[in-house]
Amino acid sequence: MTPQSGFMVLAPINPERETELRQLLDSMNDGPGQVNPNNALIPFAQFEELHFARLLILDDNSLKDRAIYGLPGDFPLQFAFLGDIDGEEETFLKELAQRAPEGLRRLFSCCRDFDPDCDLLAWMKRHRSLAIASFVNCRGRTVRRIREEAQLRETLDRYLTEKAATLAQMSPREVHAKLSEFVAAEKSAGRLTLSGESPTPIAWWIGNTLHMICLPLLVLLALPVLLLALPFYLIRVRYLEKTDVEICPKVDPAYSEMLAVAEDHFVTNQYTAFGSRKPGLVRLLTMIGALSVVNYAARHITRPGHLGRIRTIHFARWVFLDGKERMIFFSNYDGSVESYMDDFINKTGFGLNAAFGSAIGYPRTRWFLFDGCADERKFKNFNRRHTIPTQVWYKATAYLGLTAVDLDRNSRIRKGVEKPSMSDAEAREWVALL
Amino acid sequence: MSEADFDYADVQGLVRFGYGHLKSASYSVLRIKNPAAARAWLRGALQSNAVTTAVKASPPPTTALNVAFTASGLKELGLTPVVINGFSNEFIAGMTQTSRARQLGDIEENAPAHWDWGYAAKEPHLVVMFFAEKERFDAFVQNSIGAAWKEAFHEIDSLPTADLDGVEPFGFADGISQPEIDWGQQRESKDVQLDYTNIAALGEFLLGYPNEYGKFTERPLLEADATTNELLAALDEPGKKDLGRNGTYLVMRQLDQDVRKFWQFIDKQAGGDPAERDKLAAAMVGRKTDGEPLVPIRNEPIPGIDEKQASKNQFTFDDDPAGARCPFGAHVRRANPRNADFPERPANTLKKLITIAGFGPNRFRYDLMSSVRFHRILRRGREYGPSVKLLEALAPPPSDDPPRGLHFVCLNANISRQFEFLQNAWIASTKFAGVTGESDPLLGNRQSLPGCPVTANFTMPGSSSLPRRVSGLPQFVTVRGGAYFFLPSLRALRYFAVVENA
Repeated sequence: MTPQSGFMVLAPINPERETELRQLLDSMNDGPGQVNPNNALIPFAQFEELHFARLLILDDNSLKDRAIYGLPGDFPLQFAFLGDIDGEEETFLKELAQRAPEGLRRLFSCCRDFDPDCDLLAWMKRHRSLAIASFVNCRGRTVRRIREEAQLRETLDRYLTEKAATLAQMSPREVHAKLSEFVAAEKSAGRLTLSGESPTPIAWWIGNTLHMICLPLLVLLALPVLLLALPFYLIRVRYLEKTDVEICPKVDPAYSEMLAVAEDHFVTNQYTAFGSRKPGLVRLLTMIGALSVVNYAARHITRPGHLGRIRTIHFARWVFLDGKERMIFFSNYDGSVESYMDDFINKTGFGLNAAFGSAIGYPRTRWFLFDGCADERKFKNFNRRHTIPTQVWYKATAYLGLTAVDLDRNSRIRKGVEKPSMSDAEAREWVALL
Repeated sequence: MSEADFDYADVQGLVRFGYGHLKSASYSVLRIKNPAAARAWLRGALQSNAVTTAVKASPPPTTALNVAFTASGLKELGLTPVVINGFSNEFIAGMTQTSRARQLGDIEENAPAHWDWGYAAKEPHLVVMFFAEKERFDAFVQNSIGAAWKEAFHEIDSLPTADLDGVEPFGFADGISQPEIDWGQQRESKDVQLDYTNIAALGEFLLGYPNEYGKFTERPLLEADATTNELLAALDEPGKKDLGRNGTYLVMRQLDQDVRKFWQFIDKQAGGDPAERDKLAAAMVGRKTDGEPLVPIRNEPIPGIDEKQASKNQFTFDDDPAGARCPFGAHVRRANPRNADFPERPANTLKKLITIAGFGPNRFRYDLMSSVRFHRILRRGREYGPSVKLLEALAPPPSDDPPRGLHFVCLNANISRQFEFLQNAWIASTKFAGVTGESDPLLGNRQSLPGCPVTANFTMPGSSSLPRRVSGLPQFVTVRGGAYFFLPSLRALRYFAVVENA
């Protein structure tokens, strides 16, 4: 199995070059929200391991909210380049530096500490930013596998149309046998490829297993202390929840429209939310705790294709900035932002509250998990205000028109095709996918 | 509060009634020429009680008039930006905003630039809806418009409607399923709704009341002063006057239906076989022509569906999880998936938690849908154009074939969560409920998306066979106009009638 990973390069922008950087980013697009996958700066389409990528200027609209807590609001404007890939971050950065050195240098030269003579790869690695939590829809599902499975479905689709009359007379098991036979023939004729899984990198496997075991172990070890501290912690949290300020004014329509012009050009959308954490140790611990749980669950517990009840997210990640004072959330999801938010509020409201409740201005929560986003209007206002424009966003052209649910269907079709035999019930369910 | 105590006199009648017995109707889509004259006309209409309220009259009225304004109409009338900004952003921006039009599927042939009304210079300020018994209609309209009308308004269009006897132009019984408004706010507000209910919180259809989340939808709350004296106080902020209370949003879209293209396509697919033709058409709509649903009627009643409606509406799609009876992509299944907050009603808390964690049954389509109670609309549309019999529809069209279709009208308190969500995520979506490559078989615009070249399929799952796929569906419905309106309460209308730069 080839695991997926993420990369993120983050660097402060040279204020004198901000305009130039914005122009460069614009030049990568055919239109707002529509990247040219073969643009001159970073020809994304050439990178076969790349699922999603985005380049953006981290403009924080909510900096002035920090004044409520007496926090300073002056941070340098930063530039981020991040993506989700098959395989190791290191390998991918190397490939990037090799294939798009000029484009990357032009972009990064707008950052404060970029020396034109520097080693590009080393510079990028120095500016890596790690996620505190991340979610991969289906670990091991590489771009290549997605492409092959999509081709499988298309091939089957054509065959089904051609042979509709014959196949309509067959029982599901007969259909399955017939299609398996057809696929085998296509494969041996070299018209269809369904690659097997690559071996799981041993280092990754060890790291992952250690992570799976050690985190609960640590919690277990710390349990006596945690239990002792719990009552004080809860009292404090509840007090804070009752006294914290909500900042959920009506959305500025011009701002919202500026975001909207870049949305809904594809079946999948990007989402970037940026904000500050409420001050204090309790909030810091709450946030780290909540996101560690999210990360652990996403890595070791969730069923492939599911973030709880949500089945529309391809990749998501949470990143701390500025010594954990600010946090940014990136996701790639299917459908419109309205349906995305409704899904979250109605299906996983508690998760939303846990993951974002420590942000300044978030709608009032009750015991971390409750209320909060259940005030739909406040939450949507809060959310849109914290959404920032993503100047460049790329989704692998191999599956541009496919949703996460489509990918799930294609994987199920493939699994079925590779199954030597099926029960009647299995065959019925499988045939219904076609 | 009980249902009987509700202040129906403050609500325009359309919220409660479709005025089905008033067979003649037309919608005057207007721009304000002279604000003072427009206010004078409104004052006149209010003084003569011409604006019909939701009070149940016995016998029912023989005429009815309702009036609704767009955001630009309110501005023209004299409301200040501060007041207007209290309304929802989608109402203020309107239906034709480029990004919004894209989300609604209003591109290419459907694009606002091609509309007969609703766009640019033809963006209306208000719509006046006239309903009357046939013989009274002309006199009623003449009488209602009065002397101030010509001076006040410039008429963009007077949209006539046709009485097709409860059947829409394609030939299917229409308007069968409507949510039941909980006027008395008797339904317990629940965090979780485990069963499909047809009863909707009052706040889903009237501003100023708790919605399905138990919260208030945004609307302008004004300072209490001499000008706002007559307005009701906001229930959630008693110090403020609620301009939205007892009002709601009215979405209007003129949908041209190519009836010939529809039946000719289906006839060709069916190879001319009448039984096959009916079957395919019913599968696309999700009901037979007489409105009979494709899934069996349940024994247990559904809240908000009385005995009279049971034979047409007492069903959910839980009885058809594979879509073998009613395809997932069928129009009525898209428009109302009839589900609840959880799939397959979890029997206990443990089952609920398992679903929340994402470990329910590992089936492809399990838990793909949003809960419908947050996405209901009240439909109040009317048909236009002459009806065509099926056999006529199959014949080549005469050279002077008049347009026909539906003036789609719906009411909702939250346009983005109700109408827009429904149109975008369910009707226009090419990925609804796990389908792919198809949008609504009736309403879809068939436009390709990047990476999805085909959106013109329609799939009918089989119970024990391969799904049957029809491809190459043409566009049957073209959007010809549309706008978002605010349908004010009577109190708000009185406020508008005297307002000047307030």
